[in-house]
Amino acid sequence: MAVEDVGSGCSSSGDQEFHVLAVDDSIIDRKVIERLLKISCCKVTAVESGSRALQYLGIDGERSSLGFDDLKVNLIITDYSMPGMTGYELLKKIKGSTKLRQIPVVIMSSENILARVDRCMEEGAEDFLMKPVQLSDVERLRDFMLRGGEEREVVGHKRKTRDDSCSSSVLSCDRDHPLSPRSVSAMAHCKPLSKRPRLLATD
Amino acid sequence: MERQAAYLRNALFDQGYLDEQFLQLEDLQDEANPHFVEEVVKLFYTDSVRLIQSIELTLKNTPWDFEKLDNIMHQFKGSSSSIGAKKVKKECSQFQEYCNVGNVEGCIREFQEVKQEHAALKRKLENYFQLAREAR
Repeated sequence: MAVEDVGSGCSSSGDQEFHVLAVDDSIIDRKVIERLLKISCCKVTAVESGSRALQYLGIDGERSSLGFDDLKVNLIITDYSMPGMTGYELLKKIKGSTKLRQIPVVIMSSENILARVDRCMEEGAEDFLMKPVQLSDVERLRDFMLRGGEEREVVGHKRKTRDDSCSSSVLSCDRDHPLSPRSVSAMAHCKPLSKRPRLLATD
Repeated sequence: MERQAAYLRNALFDQGYLDEQFLQLEDLQDEANPHFVEEVVKLFYTDSVRLIQSIELTLKNTPWDFEKLDNIMHQFKGSSSSIGAKKVKKECSQFQEYCNVGNVEGCIREFQEVKQEHAALKRKLENYFQLAREAR
């Protein structure tokens, strides 16, 4: 579980290095989320289960807090449906821990189930992203972390529902600086292929 | 060679084998990571073999464990979605629907479709990656 270096192309001019813990039982999704995060200049630790995540965070055992600062995690992004411990159960454990509750947690899911979204947001999740997660989603998370990641107060959450070809998500908004509407990135999901220039270039 | 690769690629989209997620993955490639998409696809094919075997094993035990079949297919559908495998994903959904109503014949038929689409896409993507590599 080595912490991966930041990706190339991340300038060092004052760019903060955020450390994200990604939790997903799918090896494919772990690879993709790792890449998305590295491109957004984050350090990534990717683990395959909630129990591994808790081990890493030092919540489940006698791990001393020596070196905890090195492992400081700025964000946890977790899949919802995982065998054993679900993302929701992981969320509850994190929010139930005095040591870890301040770390923002984002849930990812391939299923757009309102009850699920509500349950997670009520338990203190920062955001709920539809899979497959895209670069625009991760960039938004990075912006959130850059702003201090402390707008914990969920004033309201918007939910855009789209037709089957698109995904939706929930936004948590800060009173003073509402995040740019997810509908922009949600609309990106719906961008018709024909508008992409590279498809037309066959010469 | 380059034209051939581009043609193959466009065909994959036009014929509905791939969707926008594949484009999203391509956007994550750069000079330092020029083979990212191919790596993800390879990972998908290795991992999905395991899932297919798991389904086959579950289908051998009667009465069928529909819940288990649905769980495995859910994972399969998730990975297919992550690489933009549009047709495979669609067949996975169809299988899940048959599972949910306990339609044995439907499941058997649909599982064949899943495997066929899975194999067809693999061939086409292997061709495409080969051509793309030679074109560089």
